Amino acid sequence: MAKQIKVSLIGNPNTGKTSVFNLLTGLNQQVGNYPGITVEKKEGICKLSRGVKAHILDLPGTYSLNASSVDENVVIELLLNKKDKDFPDVAVVVSDVENLKRNLLLFTQIKDLEIPTILVINMADRMNRKGITLDIPLLEKELNTKIALVSARKKEGIDELKKLIESHALLPKTPCVDALSFAPDYFDRLKKTFPNQSLYKLWLVITQDVNFRKFDKQQVDIAPDFKIKSESELKRLQQKETIKRYQFINDVLKRGLIVDEKAATGMRAKLDRVLTHKFWGYFIFFMILLLIFQAIYDWSSYPMDMIDEAFAWLSEATKSALPAGPFVDLITEGIIPGLGGIVIFIPQIAFLFLFISILEESGYMSRVVFLMDRVMRRFGLSGKSVVPLVSGTACAIPAVMATRNIENWKERLITILVVPFTTCAARLPVYLIIIALVIPDEKVGWIFSYQSLTLMFLYFLGFGTAVGSAWLLNKILKIKSKSYFVIEMPGYKIPLFKNVVINVVEKTKAFVFGAGKIILAISIILWVLASFGPNENFNNAEEIIATEYVDLSEEEQENKIASYKLEHSFIGYAGKAIEPIVAPLGYDWKIGIGIISSFAAREVFVGTLATIYSVGSDEEETIKNRMAAEINPKTGGPLFNFASGISLLLFYAFAMQCMSTLAIVKRETNSWKWPMAQLIFMSALAYGVALIVYQILK
Amino acid sequence: MKTTIANLKRGQRALIKEITSDVIPLKLLEMGCLPGNEVQLLQAAPFQCPIYLNVNGSHLAIRKEIASQIEVQII
Ligand SMILES: Nc1nc2c(ncn2[C@@H]2O[C@H](COP(=O)(O)OP(=O)(O)O)[C@@H](O)[C@H]2O)c(=O)[nH]1
Ligand SMILES: [Mg+2]
Repeated sequence: MAKQIKVSLIGNPNTGKTSVFNLLTGLNQQVGNYPGITVEKKEGICKLSRGVKAHILDLPGTYSLNASSVDENVVIELLLNKKDKDFPDVAVVVSDVENLKRNLLLFTQIKDLEIPTILVINMADRMNRKGITLDIPLLEKELNTKIALVSARKKEGIDELKKLIESHALLPKTPCVDALSFAPDYFDRLKKTFPNQSLYKLWLVITQDVNFRKFDKQQVDIAPDFKIKSESELKRLQQKETIKRYQFINDVLKRGLIVDEKAATGMRAKLDRVLTHKFWGYFIFFMILLLIFQAIYDWSSYPMDMIDEAFAWLSEATKSALPAGPFVDLITEGIIPGLGGIVIFIPQIAFLFLFISILEESGYMSRVVFLMDRVMRRFGLSGKSVVPLVSGTACAIPAVMATRNIENWKERLITILVVPFTTCAARLPVYLIIIALVIPDEKVGWIFSYQSLTLMFLYFLGFGTAVGSAWLLNKILKIKSKSYFVIEMPGYKIPLFKNVVINVVEKTKAFVFGAGKIILAISIILWVLASFGPNENFNNAEEIIATEYVDLSEEEQENKIASYKLEHSFIGYAGKAIEPIVAPLGYDWKIGIGIISSFAAREVFVGTLATIYSVGSDEEETIKNRMAAEINPKTGGPLFNFASGISLLLFYAFAMQCMSTLAIVKRETNSWKWPMAQLIFMSALAYGVALIVYQILK
Repeated sequence: MKTTIANLKRGQRALIKEITSDVIPLKLLEMGCLPGNEVQLLQAAPFQCPIYLNVNGSHLAIRKEIASQIEVQII
């Protein structure tokens, strides 16, 4: 295989790195994680001319090489380690033409590392509207680099960028500014002590608190007189360095960039006046939330019904096409219904990610952070907790990861601890099926139905519990940490269709495959446990029923046999064993089995019931009809009635039933203490509330 | 009493004076909040916190505690 050119895309958040990445790689990309930490790693292949290929890495957004978050550490660790397999042959710094001044700060730092660097000035399509003119040759000369003027939106300038990447050997490697001249004595001495090292690299090693590979750190450790005495001294020096860089940038841009303020038009001011308004801002946010819930519940019900029927049909068709036997039973009664239980939720998860990625792409999400910060702080959270809490409505795992940009540790910890209360997509399967069973399908007004209002209530309940527990934690936890909060307010943009689609597909795929594996494994285990029994009662079910109920019709006898078998299977005994614990909540042993199996992951519940109810039945029937027909032997009424339904909904709203979330919380907080506290507190709350509610309603 | 960013009214512009306090995070400086630069208050959330600024062409929001540490001169 020919050698690939290694390219890293670097830049401030929101400059269009991912858009450029998507254009370069098309669908030829994959998302993974950096080893050991859960920062998303996006890489892809770009074909250049004559069979030359480039390996493109989309790095997390960073404002400078002075790292202040895990995401930013990734960038600096890569750029300081020549031995890293991803160490770039060429660094492509992506900047936004409207924020060139700020974006160039990072550019001057990258140049100081003496890596061949290309400057992409993106969003060229906005120049006219903003009255911006650039003197590219002058900028190239002053910044000592090659520039590609790109519009990711209009797909312009990408070929020039590819050409520059291909001829990366010709790129200048020297810095464009002497930013370290603010303390000449200090740096002269440093230079003499380490004559072969780049000065800026040494400076980064001294000032940054990141995990450097071997040599750099050791060499600096042996020279303690280069350590900076105090934190305020360090900050003073870094401030001087930043000022030096900005002086240079201002000087260059004064000549290379002309902004005609008169020609500048913008929606920003007008939109902000409404979207961050003291009343309308909150009103609009609330309406957007309403719209999201309506989409998830009402609009996605059509494709979901189709999927439900398709799987019932598939199961039936397989059964009649293949010869009967235990293996075919496993497929038609274990695997197909289990898979159906997960595929059916694709429409909802896709809708959710669709809305979240549109809100983020458009720049609106930052306004929500701005609006909510003050409110959230009352509860010990930050405005930045809103994004995790909203993402939590898709899945707690990315939500816990999204807390990384909360600067204050206490606010971040509290956010992590309460995020699992928000209604994640895995709860939806349970909610939807129970709501459909116990809440009447009637309209209130002309758009909302009782069912969708119930679902909305559950979302608010999850959110309310999250906020309430945050308030409690804020009172209990005694953690001192420096509070600061800075958030960029990006300009408004119409989301790029391609970005949104790629994002939705990727996230949905990750959810389906991640959850799918567990669900498939559990449904197979469950099927085995339900198809065999520990004693003779199971094997002799036919005879026992035939002698006991002589005068029943054949069909009725068959149903009796099926339920007798289930009761005397392994799983039946397990369910029976926990029945005393769950009976006060209004559940029978079958629901008990569902709850046990969903301790690994909630969404397993529906799959479990699907497996349990289709075991031993021949008719083509949907799970929902099957559940509606279940009778509670104690009361004689339907098992899923209003009281037990509400109790079950509340149990799932509060219980911590997700091993992956516990694992990620352990990783992000670096201790088992926090995930264990979550598990115990949430399970106890779930049991208590479900118990009280059932006893009142029954 | 010193005038700080927290004292600005909506639409008001000011010049940033010396930044001495250690409380100001480096990140804020890197986003353009440096002595001599112009700052304009664009929007304020209820109770004046957080506030939404244009600093040296960058649009960002910060909380009141930090805003009240940055001394300015109204222009
Ligand atoms: N007008 C315009 N918008 C763009 C362009 N490139 C990206 N965007 C938008 O800028 C926003 C941020 O883009 P993204 O690729 O997510 O930036 P990243 O955070 O650097 O990865 C999105 O809303 C994009 O749709 C461009 O060339 N022109
Ligand atoms: Mg990105």
